[in-house]
Amino acid sequence: MTRQAGRALAIWLLAMLAGAVIVWNSRFSADMSFFLPAKPSAEQQVLVDQLKEGVVSRLLMVAIAGGDAAQRAETSRKLRARLEKLPEFVSIQNGETGSMNADRDFLFNHRYLLSPAVAPERFTVDGLRESIANSIDLLASPAGMMLKPLLPRDPTGELVELISGLNAGAQPNARDGVWASRDGERAMLLIQTAALGSDTDGQERAIGLIHSQFAEAAPGGRLSLQLSGPGLFAVKSRGTIKSEVSLLSTLSTVAIVAVLFFVYRSLRLMTLGLLPVVSGALAGVVAVSLAYGTVFGITVGFGSALIGEAVDYSIYYFVQSGRLGVNHWRARFWPTIRLGVLTSACGFGALLFSGFPGLAQLGLYSLSGVVVAALVTRFILPPLAGDNLGMRDLSHIAPRLKSGIALLQGLRWPILLLALAAATLLAVNRDRLWHPNLSALSTVSAADGEIDQALRADISAPDARYMAVITAPDRESALQAAERAGQKLDRLIVDGIIGGYDSPARFLPSEAMQASRRASLPPTAELQARLLAAQADSPLAAGKLGGFIDDVEATRSQGRVSRESLDGTGLALAVDSLLLQRPNGWSVLLPLRPPGGDKGVDIAIEPVRAALAGSGALFVDMKNEFDTLYNDYLHEATLLSLAGFVAIVGLLAVTLRSPQRLARLLLPLLLSVVLVVAGLHLIGQQLHLLHLIGMLLIVAVGSNYALFFDDASQSTRRFEDFDDATLVSMAVANLTTAIGFGTLALSKVPVLHAVGVTVGPGAILALLLSACFVSRKGRA
Amino acid sequence: MIKRLFGCIFLLALAIPASAAFDIGQLMGELAKHKGGRAKFVEKKYLAILDKPVVSTGEMTYTAPDRLEKRTLTPKVETLLLDKDILSIEREKQKLSINLANQPEALAFVDSIRGTLSGNRAALEKNYALHLAGNADKWVLTLLPSDQKIASMVQRITVTGSKNQVRVIEYLQADGDRAVLNIDPIDAK
Repeated sequence: MTRQAGRALAIWLLAMLAGAVIVWNSRFSADMSFFLPAKPSAEQQVLVDQLKEGVVSRLLMVAIAGGDAAQRAETSRKLRARLEKLPEFVSIQNGETGSMNADRDFLFNHRYLLSPAVAPERFTVDGLRESIANSIDLLASPAGMMLKPLLPRDPTGELVELISGLNAGAQPNARDGVWASRDGERAMLLIQTAALGSDTDGQERAIGLIHSQFAEAAPGGRLSLQLSGPGLFAVKSRGTIKSEVSLLSTLSTVAIVAVLFFVYRSLRLMTLGLLPVVSGALAGVVAVSLAYGTVFGITVGFGSALIGEAVDYSIYYFVQSGRLGVNHWRARFWPTIRLGVLTSACGFGALLFSGFPGLAQLGLYSLSGVVVAALVTRFILPPLAGDNLGMRDLSHIAPRLKSGIALLQGLRWPILLLALAAATLLAVNRDRLWHPNLSALSTVSAADGEIDQALRADISAPDARYMAVITAPDRESALQAAERAGQKLDRLIVDGIIGGYDSPARFLPSEAMQASRRASLPPTAELQARLLAAQADSPLAAGKLGGFIDDVEATRSQGRVSRESLDGTGLALAVDSLLLQRPNGWSVLLPLRPPGGDKGVDIAIEPVRAALAGSGALFVDMKNEFDTLYNDYLHEATLLSLAGFVAIVGLLAVTLRSPQRLARLLLPLLLSVVLVVAGLHLIGQQLHLLHLIGMLLIVAVGSNYALFFDDASQSTRRFEDFDDATLVSMAVANLTTAIGFGTLALSKVPVLHAVGVTVGPGAILALLLSACFVSRKGRA
Repeated sequence: MIKRLFGCIFLLALAIPASAAFDIGQLMGELAKHKGGRAKFVEKKYLAILDKPVVSTGEMTYTAPDRLEKRTLTPKVETLLLDKDILSIEREKQKLSINLANQPEALAFVDSIRGTLSGNRAALEKNYALHLAGNADKWVLTLLPSDQKIASMVQRITVTGSKNQVRVIEYLQADGDRAVLNIDPIDAK
């Protein structure tokens, strides 16, 4: 080994070592932050918070099937009792009565501090007369009969006022005293985990506990358990990504190693050939880790494509320099390869500017991987490999390739016609090509999605689509703001624009509100006198209302309702999930319910926005935000792809300095894109933004092959004189690239699958079509 | 033991009218022929806590065998609709829907009136011991709950009628309060 080689190797080893240390200390993640916006708007921030730590993201729905209704109900009770003891769960609801008693007692005991109807007017003679008459009227109704026992203590009907604001809407079915599915064949539970939605480990542990506790509660296997929820999706998706990352990388490595070995028939060359690949893959992870802190599993999964692309450079080097020697190779071929590296870099580099964090990572990973692989090939590989490569002669393959190319060149017109047909197909179906929303990128399988839908419908689980969000510096001002927004929302209920809303201030009013309600309550002597006057002609004599007077007096002297007063009730959970302490203050969520009935399940957005304007509350429609987010991504990906394309064209135009050569080089690439997209449409793939990125990569990666043909047409007089070794190296390099991207097509992760299924065939087509349309005349 | 003794007394009590000229089977047959119609109602609730009864009035529409609509007009407008097992109550802006299949006690209560209107003896006897007095022109059917849970809400339901038309339903609640529902057909068919 020469001194130069020794130095190169030493530098490379040091760099690799440093890289390994960085990778060792990197944080890897397979959660949904891959998809969440890097620079969210205020509305998107709400969406992100809800996905990461919102109550809905912590809900698991459980169904118990099999056996008979009594067995299912018994198991449901046992499971609830077991899970309730575990710190991993915040609440387990299965419809058992008794769990609501504490809530009702709390509401009744604090009704004069909690009821929105409590105001000075309500305790005047007229106010008392009217509200008590209302309560008596209510007794005429069957609904009122339940309230009869409460009448002497609550003649003004404050409990009714309190309860009427709560969600009286859809309650799950019940069988044998516990929740059941709509057909009654499954017992249902709704479980809230202590772990946040973004804590995939915690979710996995909670799900495991539910399964193990169920197995102990229902031995014998007659009953089965089905579970769904955002937590399960996160766990499953992580599992899929984890298993695929190693599977895909192994597959593509094994296939590429096999190809290399078949071509080189030399262990030494094969090992040397993988050097740039390993360096590139390591550099990719290092760059991402340093730039973003966290490396997404999907990014690493993209490695299998990078392997296929990065190995090309060493293939060119070994195959092309075998006959010419390294110095000639550098002079003759390196400029073409360098240009190819730059076009690839333009393609991947465009992604760096994406606000979709996953995409930006993929871009950085691939960009640094490809550049490092090329640099290692150029500077480290030659001194390491030495002058005597021992590369076997492959030129015997070339004549066969050339006759194949001649055959292809006879098909120019049919191919152009085919591309025209493909373009027409795409133009006609342009409205049906694209998947409309973000779910296109979700790793949740269709089957899991259906199970989730079914469970959700059976248990009437909240979907928390509409929300008003308030931020405030402290708890008291947050609650006061919630009360102000609540007054505006009350008017929307009256107008029938919304069906209702939840608010933490309903169970935990602000101190100011509690003080004002308490101040509305008259002292005992005063209340007695007013009651006597109010009830003079009423069938309900004032003398029977001693309990009412006592309770009012007790409220006047008792302390205020604090967050601690709620402990032990289900209402504490409701308040905690709607009133959140954040690093920089407090935030309040007011979930809004649609009006329901014939007015449908949607809320008219504009009137709500208008009503809340100026109150400091931000109205968010989660579905709308998701769709906007996806459309933003798609729009941005379109722009980035175009920018990447323009950069590639610009680079080529500047380098080639010939519009004719540029056109000849671009034509096969564009034809490949059209044919691949039409093919994807025909096999029923709905395109999403990663297909779009794939199109850019077809141009970025495919241009490498087109450049060699362009170079050949410039350097030789006739196509038949095309350098044999170059042709063979291109065929092998194309095969490895197709294997690398093609492996991604096997992935169940839509992000990887889309890129693989687009670029894999695209790369092959780019080579074939470049060969097909290469100038037959050669240099003039 | 005591329960069984009571059961024997009930059986005895039932055995006597059963052999009389007008029996439950005949009454049920008559009632089952009634295909429905509209009626005005006046309901008075006598509650211990109130010095005067609460009076409500309105209209009822019955469509055999399982649809009953009760529209209260005074003192407050309220619509109560029983369609199969779904009970919906609409009052002011509030709307409440209850699936009675989930509420066995409420279902038993509802079945007392629905079973009588439709002449469904099996449904009535599932939860009540039946006692009939009078003749076809003026009969009195008494329902005594056989289930402890229902008995803790209602002591006795007395239905008075003429031929296949129910005229008065009286509920005597467990706490001694009672409700009397007078039914006055608008267009008897």
